[in-house]
Amino acid sequence: MPGEPLFCQRFEVAGRDFVNAGRASTTIKSILRDVGVPPALIRRAAIAAYEAEMNVVLYARKGTMELRVSPKDVQIRVQDEGDGIADIALAMQEGFSTASEEIRELGFGAGMGLPNIRKNADVFHIDSAVGKGTTLEITIRV
Amino acid sequence: MTLEAVSRILDCQVITGDERLDEEVETGCGADLMSDVLAFVKPNGLLLTGLTNVQSVRTAHIAEVRAIVYVRGKLPDREAVELAKEKGIVLLATSHLLYESCGRLYASGLAGGGEVEGERSDAGRATVLPAV
Repeated sequence: MPGEPLFCQRFEVAGRDFVNAGRASTTIKSILRDVGVPPALIRRAAIAAYEAEMNVVLYARKGTMELRVSPKDVQIRVQDEGDGIADIALAMQEGFSTASEEIRELGFGAGMGLPNIRKNADVFHIDSAVGKGTTLEITIRV
Repeated sequence: MTLEAVSRILDCQVITGDERLDEEVETGCGADLMSDVLAFVKPNGLLLTGLTNVQSVRTAHIAEVRAIVYVRGKLPDREAVELAKEKGIVLLATSHLLYESCGRLYASGLAGGGEVEGERSDAGRATVLPAV
């Protein structure tokens, strides 16, 4: 999609709001389709966004998602206010999860969230401060 | 495999999408945890699950799942059905257990997602770096 203007949108995500969980990512998916991003990239971006959004809903008090689309890439920045992640390397391992029984009953907490984001991203930045929150930067190249 | 065949093999009740049973699914995936679905299901696949809340449908939409079979006699809640109608995802329900349902479909020729080539050969290779 060379020549397309930069697209930018910000979404608020509320922690523990299980009814609306995933709405921002559903909207992101629609936007990417509307601006003409190739379908295979849309699926990867939507999965990464959804996992990141669910992490905010399940583990943080609140957060924001920022979508930026340029001719060369799709960027999703997710910043939350929450407990943060003490050991990022451990959290990146498939199957590692601190999810409660309540979260598992909702169908989450498989310990695949961050690994799924990495799998679908071309570049994945993560930073976390215990007691403050976590920031993710997901880049998918067009 | 057509959704009509899936429905017949599993003795399904069609919850929504009756008019789309002629559509085909290429692979099947059985899971109750949605991140596993996002990790392993293929586009245009069939999801078999016991999770009946709205997130089952939202996950299916995100991962481009064509249809969901709810197993063990469970039925999706109202929000899930409404979202499936909106997103065009076919919902079926069977009284068979997850293991039996997957086994019946596999024996009838529906492949698992691990048996077809993934859409991305370099999956899992993104560099993990501190956020700036």
